[in-house]
Parts: sequence; structure tokens; C-alpha cells
Amino acid sequence: MSILLLLIPAALALGLLGMAGFLWALKRNQFEDLEGAAQRVLFDDADAALRARRQ
Amino acid sequence: MNTAVASLAGSPAVATGKAEALCLHCATPVATGERFCCTGCAGAHALIRGLGLDSYYQLRAAGRPVGEIEDERIAWGEFVQVSEGRCRAELIVDGMHCAACLWLIEHALRAHPAVVRAQVSATTRRLVLEWKGDAGLIDELAGTVSRLGYRCLPLTPDAVEQAGMAEEKSLLRAMGVAGFAAANIMLLSVSVWSGHVGDMGTWTRDLMHAVSAVIAIPAIAYAGLPFFRSAASALRRGRSNMDVPISIGVILATAVSLAEMLQSGPHAYFDAAVTLLFFLLIGRYLETRARGYARRTAQQLLAWTAQPVSVETDAGVVQRPAQRVAIGDRVVLAAGERIPVDGFVLSGQSAIDASLVSGETLPQPVAPGDRVFAGAINIDAPLRLQVTATGAATLIGGIVRLMEAAEQGRSRFVRLSEKVARYYAPVVHLTALLSFLGWMLIGDADWRSALLIAAAVLIITCPCALALAVPAVQVAASSRLMKSGILMKSATALERAAAIDTIVFDKTGTLTVGRPRLVNAAGEDGENLQLAARLALRSRHPLCRALVAAAGPGVLPLEGVEEVPGQGMRWIGGDGEWRLGHARFTGATAAMSDGCSELWFSRPGAPPHRFRFQDDLRPDATETVAELKRRGLKLLVLSGDRPDAVRSAAEATGIADWRAGVDPQAKADAIAGLKASGHRVLMVGDGLNDAVALTLADASLSPASGIDIAQNAADAVFQGDRLAAVPEFLDAACASRRLAIQNLALALVYNLIAVPLAIAGMVTPLVAAIAMSGSSLLVVGNALRLGRLRLGRG
Repeated sequence: MSILLLLIPAALALGLLGMAGFLWALKRNQFEDLEGAAQRVLFDDADAALRARRQ
Repeated sequence: MNTAVASLAGSPAVATGKAEALCLHCATPVATGERFCCTGCAGAHALIRGLGLDSYYQLRAAGRPVGEIEDERIAWGEFVQVSEGRCRAELIVDGMHCAACLWLIEHALRAHPAVVRAQVSATTRRLVLEWKGDAGLIDELAGTVSRLGYRCLPLTPDAVEQAGMAEEKSLLRAMGVAGFAAANIMLLSVSVWSGHVGDMGTWTRDLMHAVSAVIAIPAIAYAGLPFFRSAASALRRGRSNMDVPISIGVILATAVSLAEMLQSGPHAYFDAAVTLLFFLLIGRYLETRARGYARRTAQQLLAWTAQPVSVETDAGVVQRPAQRVAIGDRVVLAAGERIPVDGFVLSGQSAIDASLVSGETLPQPVAPGDRVFAGAINIDAPLRLQVTATGAATLIGGIVRLMEAAEQGRSRFVRLSEKVARYYAPVVHLTALLSFLGWMLIGDADWRSALLIAAAVLIITCPCALALAVPAVQVAASSRLMKSGILMKSATALERAAAIDTIVFDKTGTLTVGRPRLVNAAGEDGENLQLAARLALRSRHPLCRALVAAAGPGVLPLEGVEEVPGQGMRWIGGDGEWRLGHARFTGATAAMSDGCSELWFSRPGAPPHRFRFQDDLRPDATETVAELKRRGLKLLVLSGDRPDAVRSAAEATGIADWRAGVDPQAKADAIAGLKASGHRVLMVGDGLNDAVALTLADASLSPASGIDIAQNAADAVFQGDRLAAVPEFLDAACASRRLAIQNLALALVYNLIAVPLAIAGMVTPLVAAIAMSGSSLLVVGNALRLGRLRLGRG
């Protein structure tokens, strides 16, 4: 059963990583506009042309 | 993606060659040979192409017209916050339809070299702007947005709203922590349970319990805070609420489990305590968020009354912030401006679009002496107003206040599960206490095993089945309704809707589709229609647009058509004057009152011709009303529209009881009156004038075509043109009430079996786990039967 000493901390570390990710996303306001985020995925390709114009 | 629009945008030459031409920017039909419907669209198109953002025309959906361009004079400077060389401002953007609008606004702003951040939220319709350098740049940036065809308003964040958003966020954070803890502790608990059957050693079990405790205690201390705080404040005021038994249960379960763990006992209930908190937090977060949306959209309305106003003084016209405009001041209003104050007209003749305030779809002519309200748009010509109310004292401010009050009233609604819990919790606590004392005094047990039995009683009666009984039904009902295009917004709406005996309908946009259509096009020789459409082409009035649409493609424009404010269109041809507009304007004898909107057309050598328009009923309105009547529901129409229009809609659908010309306050009063006389009211409406009534009613529905504020005020939003959503919603409500009661009964039966076992000390955690998951599965399975329910027809 001594394998538990390795596996339990490993499982908890993974869980903590997930929670930390969630809290980080929350702090960065990523849950404020879920609708917009879903739509924004479609936009990226036009950005390159715009950046080129600005330079 | 609309290839037609895209190709038009790409090659104007193609557009000019086509018979049915569309405006290159907003895609409204234009005269053959024209590229744009107005100079505003031409300007917006040039700006978009100049910035290299042509892809906008490919991104946006077919034929979605963007808002009209207007000049608005706002002192933007006041709303800029400057810190460390960076400026920041928040704007409300009005007139966004889709993802393409979002993309266009953001990219047009980012093209400016000083802009660091430009982000539009599709959910709240707010734009956050950050830039380096001069704060005065805001004028230019806001100008860019309005030249694209979106109206923008400055936003001053208020303290209440920020507190609300902070609360939402902290609930979400607590939910995340509870979710993490619940999943990990459950993992450990499952191995402990299987260890009871297998051969897990004491040492391993104690380790599992210790790890569970290390996770559970901080998680409970943090995620339980919202409940502990609310319970403490209730107790301090000598009252009790749902959070008191929840807090006691969670704290007691944790304390007992901790004592067990320290003494190397076999039972620990950390998992039950944390999982309970997690489920409760999900519900609480969703409720808070729905309320926050409704409050935010209501607040945005007030922004209309916070704009600078052009006030007439002895020294000429000056711009003044809205707060410094006094009652009795004289205000000048340009054509196309949104009215920022309540008042009456001193001079000028114009038409105003009051659809936001009164629900009336057609522009209303106004003349000196008429009252106008903040939020309406002055369409035709300049007006001078005398101010009667400003800011929060305006009609629109009153609507916002009423909505907030009604929203608080609704949050006092007592749910079925709370009613049960009110009796259930004391009984459970008392039973646990009695079994503890019983084992101590009569059963001669030591205090430790007595406490353990008491805890087992608490845990086994614990909320699992009870907490799941109602929410499981709600989730199943929501997903069933979603399949029929009805989106539930409030968790308690179904419960409130189950007892409905009265339904109040708005007319425009609810019973009807909300768009005028020419009804006497057939049976004409077509000549009048074609000729009148040539005049109508120059106007943006909804009736004129309907006329052009009825005339079909290929209407030729006329040079020199003149619009007479509040009257109609006029054109001098070779044979004399042609007129299209009001009866009086065209020289017709009298307006008829058959419930139709009308336009008159006169030309030399022919009698004035009358075009009749009607706002069509929803296709299944009559059937649906008949179905609702068959169920014995009392039906009522309350509309802000003209009496003849309301009468014809009410008669066509078969609703005997109707009232016309009802203002928002009177609508709310009518609902309150019905409720006071013991009726349970379902309100169906789509406009701002319905918003208070929607919030005040026991339950409410709004069509997806309604304005944001109505959708947010309503409990559920239905898609499409079918009114059948109303009986479907009621069916789902009744079915879910029936299932919720069944579920509570199941939970009760389970308790009747399990509690005596627990009191007898025969419940080990393994038995508890099996019994609890068994009862939960039963309850969830029963709720899922809703998914197979047939809705709408009895």
C-alpha cells in the first residue's frame, strides 16, 4: 500500500493544478463574456492583415 | 455567410447592374443605380474599406442592417479615468446584432495606434477602451464607433452593480474550490467504502481520512462562507432561514468526522458535507447571475437620461450635463437625437419613435403641447421642449426603479423545497438529538458511539435526495423545453408557473409578429402601388418600407422627393403634386377606423388612394388562444397601442378582455391588481413597456425578438414565431411540479426506512453510501421521465 504515498499526492497535485487554472482564469475575467469568447474564435485570421497595416 | 452581400461589397459594378439593388452597407433595398440608401451608410462603408476591414461584410449574417447613423454630442471627457499615463473608459454600445459587429468595432478601434485595449462584451454589450496619451482622444474613438453605425453611451459604473459583480465572482470561486474538494474527497471515500468490503487496513483508512480532512476543512471554511454569513446574520436578527440548517448540518458533519478521524474510527462524512456545499453553490451562483443580468440591463437604460443636454439660456444654447438641467428649462433637440428628458413640446413639428417607452411600433406625430418621454427618438425635425423631469425622475427612471423593486419581491418567493425544508430540518435535528440522548441514557452507550449514531441519523436524512428532488426536475424540464426552443432563465420559474390561472398578453410583437404588412396589395391594378412605392423609397418610416417591400423589386427612384416632417412625402411631377402620407396631408376626407394603419396616396387626376397595413398575428395565435381557453385560463390583452388596433387583434384571436393605451405603470398596476385579487398571473410581453409587468407577474415569458430588457426581465425566452410556446411552458411547469412532489415523496419513503436503521445504530458508512446513492439515482431517474413528455396539447 506504500504506493499510495506517491499516488495520493500525485492525484491531489493534478487536482490542485486544475483548480489553480480555474482561479487564474476567473481572476483574468475570462468568465465575464462567454458568448463573445465563443464567437471570437472565428476571427483570428484577419488580425495578421491588420497588424501589417499598422506597421 | 452571405455571398450576395460579400460580392456586392467587393465589386460595386455588379450591384449597379442588378435590378434589385441593396445598400452596400446596410442591405436595405435601394433604387436601381444607387449604391447606398443614405449618406450615413456611404460614410460607414468608406470608413470600413479605408481601414481594410472589408471582411466585415463576409462575417456578418445575411442582410442584417446595422443601426442608422446619428450625430450625438456627448461630453466624453468626463467619463475617462486616467492612471499612470493610461486612459480608460467604458461605453455602452447599442445596435450590435452579431459576432461581425463585435469584430468590426474591436478592429476599427485597434487600428488606431494609441489604443492598447478595445474589448466588446457580447453578453453585456459594453466596450472597454484603454489607450495611451491624451484623454481627449476619447472623442475621436467614440466618433469612430458611431460612424460605423453604432450608438454609444458613456457608462458610469455604480457601487451597487460592482458589489453585485464581486459577489457573483466570489460565489464562482467558492464553487470552484468546493468542486475540486468534492471530487478529490469522493475519490478517497470510494476507496474507503470498497475497503470496508475488502481488506483495507486501519492504517490505510486513517490515512485516507486524514487526507480527506486536510482537503475538506479549508474547503468547507472557504466555500461555506456564503452560507455561514447569511445564517449568522439571520440568527443575529432573531430569525431563521434555509442557510441555518445547512450551516448546522455541514459544521456538525465536519466536526463529528474530525473527532472520528482523530480517534481512528471507521466513519467519516467529509464527502457528504463538501458535496452538499458544491451543489448548493451551483444553484446559488446561477440565481445571482440571472439577477445580475437583469439589473445591469435596467441600469443601461438610465444611461439615456445621463447625456448632456442642449439647454436654451439667455446667452444662447449651451451644453449642460443632465444633472444640472432644471425642471422648466427649455431644451433644444436635433432631428435624430434621443430625447434625454421628460417634457412637453414648446415648438416644432416632428415624429417620435417611442417604441422603447410605449411599445407603439409606428412613429407618433408630435406638435406643441404634446408630452414626450426620455428614451424616445426624435425622427424628423428639430423640437424645443420644456423639461418636466430629468434623470431618475423620468418615466424611464421610474421603470428601472419599479423593476428593481419587483425583482426583490420575486427573490422572496418561497420554493417548494424550502417549504419542505422548513418542517424537515427541525424534525431531523430533533431526531438526531433524541437518538443521541436515547443511546446515552437508555441504551447505555458511551458518548462517542452515541454521537456517531446521531451523526449517522443526520447524514442519512441529509439532503442528498431532498436537495436533488427539485433541482433534478428543474434541470430535466429546462433541457426538455430547450428542445422546443424555450430557454429557461430562472430556476424557480417552473414552480411559480405551475399555479397560473390568468395570462396577460402584450399585443405588438407578442400576439402579433411586430412588423406591418400591406394588406390590400391584391386586387389593385398595381399602378398606385408602384407609383407610391417610388415616393416611399426615400423614407425610413416602417410603413413606407412595408410599401416598398410589397411593390417588389425594381422600383425606380424619383428625383426631388421631399419629406414633410410628421406629414409624409411630396413630389412635384410634370402633371402636378404627388403626396404620400397622412389622410389630411393628402387631402383625403377622413381617416377610417378599422384597426389598420394607413398611408394615403394622392396624385393629380385620381382620387386619394388608401393603403392599409396590418401587423400580422403570429401564425398559431388563434389556435393557441383557443387551447388556453379550453384549459379554463383567464386571458387578457394589455397593450400600449391604439384601441382599434388592439381590438382587432383581440377579436381575431378570440380574447374578449382587452385594454388599449396602457402605459408601463398601468400595466404593472393591472398585474399587481390581479395578484391582489388572488389570481396567479403569467405575463407574456416583449417591450420595455412590459418590463415591469414581466418582473412583477408570478411568471413571465418573452419572445426572442423582444428587446434585451424584456428578455432579461422574463423567466423564459421562446424562439420563433410560434405562440404555442406558452401552453408548452405551462405543461412543463405542471409536469415538473407533479414530478417534484413525487420525488419528495420518494425521499420521504427512503427516510422512513433508513432513519429507524440509523437510530438503531445499524448504519455503517457502506450502508449509508449505498442507500444514499440509491435514493439519489431513483430521484434523478424519475426526473428524467420529463424528457419524454409531449408538450403543448393537453
